[in-house]
Amino acid sequence: MIQLDRVTKLYRGGREALRDVSLDINPGDMIFLTGHSGAGKSTILKLIALIERPTRGQLLVDGRNIGRLPSGDIPAYRRQIGMVFQDHKLLEDRSAFDNVALPLVIAGLTRRETDKRVRAALDQVGLLGKERQSPATLSAGEQQRVGIARAVVARPRLLIADEPTGNLDGELSMEIMQLFRRFNQVGVTMLIATHDLALAGRIGGRHVVLSQGELAREETSVAAPQPAAGVRSR
Amino acid sequence: MKAVLVRHLQNALGALGQLSRQPVSTALTIAVIGIALALPAGLQVLVQGAQRFAGSWQEIRDFSVYLRPGTTLAQAKALAEELGKRAVIEEVRVIAANEALADFRADPAFGDALRVLEDNPLPHTLVIRPDAAATTTDLDALRSELSARDDVDLVQLDTQWLSRLAAILDLVRRGVWFTAVLLAGAVIVIVGNTIRLDIQNRRREIEVSKLLGASDAFVRRPFLYIGAWYGILGGLLAVVVLSLGLLLLGGPLSRLLALYGGQFTGFGVDLATIVLVFGGGLLAGWAGAWVAVARHLSAIEPRV
Repeated sequence: MIQLDRVTKLYRGGREALRDVSLDINPGDMIFLTGHSGAGKSTILKLIALIERPTRGQLLVDGRNIGRLPSGDIPAYRRQIGMVFQDHKLLEDRSAFDNVALPLVIAGLTRRETDKRVRAALDQVGLLGKERQSPATLSAGEQQRVGIARAVVARPRLLIADEPTGNLDGELSMEIMQLFRRFNQVGVTMLIATHDLALAGRIGGRHVVLSQGELAREETSVAAPQPAAGVRSR
Repeated sequence: MKAVLVRHLQNALGALGQLSRQPVSTALTIAVIGIALALPAGLQVLVQGAQRFAGSWQEIRDFSVYLRPGTTLAQAKALAEELGKRAVIEEVRVIAANEALADFRADPAFGDALRVLEDNPLPHTLVIRPDAAATTTDLDALRSELSARDDVDLVQLDTQWLSRLAAILDLVRRGVWFTAVLLAGAVIVIVGNTIRLDIQNRRREIEVSKLLGASDAFVRRPFLYIGAWYGILGGLLAVVVLSLGLLLLGGPLSRLLALYGGQFTGFGVDLATIVLVFGGGLLAGWAGAWVAVARHLSAIEPRV
């Protein structure tokens, strides 16, 4: 689905964030990008989200080099990707419902369809009863789950998450990761950047380890036993 | 197509809701725009009123053609009939010499003096009323032509003051347009600045929307609608202010103008002015939003 082919990214000022990184992301993959801060995890996510452009190398999505995608085509491209952020990036002046609805409003769905899908997404993250609340009145874990509902509501093929558990304690982090696992099980390709190696190890999937902008190693682990209930077939 | 219309309607109503959430700053902005629009519109209404007033002075454009003594009444009538057919002339009235004399005799100031005279010293006279559409140039041409005739003694026509009035009105009219253009520019700047602040306040929302795949058009649309609303609401205020102003000034103005003998038809905000105020407001508000959006929106790119 996505191929990074010897991608190098130089930031302004000459800092080399990625050097000759090649990575294949296949449909249905659950990939953890791990490594110390500054290893290049976020840069890979930013390149895939086209927040940054590769300096050298090719970034192919469905065989098309999106490194050269015209700016005007970026919005439509981004609508195929769900994004989860460490600071969740919710809008405080809107209810949880309206936050989750935003991608559908952008996509121009009808009100009825939007309503239905937002409820389904909030149900999937276990927040159906709190749709009218402002994000500020929700706990950190709930806020992140609203962020995840927003990321999946438009039914993206790929979900990318940048340190989604960075602000959460161990138990809440595990809940979030299990949520991701469940989405993966119903077919969403996942790419998660995290520095929490232990947590990633408990979930299982492909573990891509970055070090100082280079691909250090990749290993595959088997998922630890975990409850599979709660996610309906999509 | 229907979905697009629905979305625009939602955007329009959403923008209105956005404005209603900051009632004080919205009211202030609308007040400034309303005043800026009411000023040239008010001047325009005054000029229109003055033009109608000047038009009601039509009889002052009448002029007298004194025929050479010895011209017969039949000749005078023939000439009157001939002139009456011209496009620039609305009607020609013949005042026969004996009618004129009777008029003068009836006047106590002249009566006694005229009784002494044996012969009627007055010539036959044609009173010409030009057509309403006739310009001063037409009248000048007509005067030269008539003066050159053998059977015409004197043409008495005073178009000079009419020319002056027309020139003054023309000047004022241009002044109104100039003012209107200046104030439209002011509206664009006001709305542009307001929208700029709005964009800054909603920076986060714009960033997040762009991250979620919002196109530039999607991000831009609410701000353009806000600008348009500012213009429309400012226009509404302008029409209200204008109507109030005319209500206050209308009475004294009619009395003043009546003293000048004009037939005053009254001032009113006509439909064209209302359309102009609303259209101008809408266009200026929208343009102001465009300027702000074009300058500031593209600068906001999501940083993660």
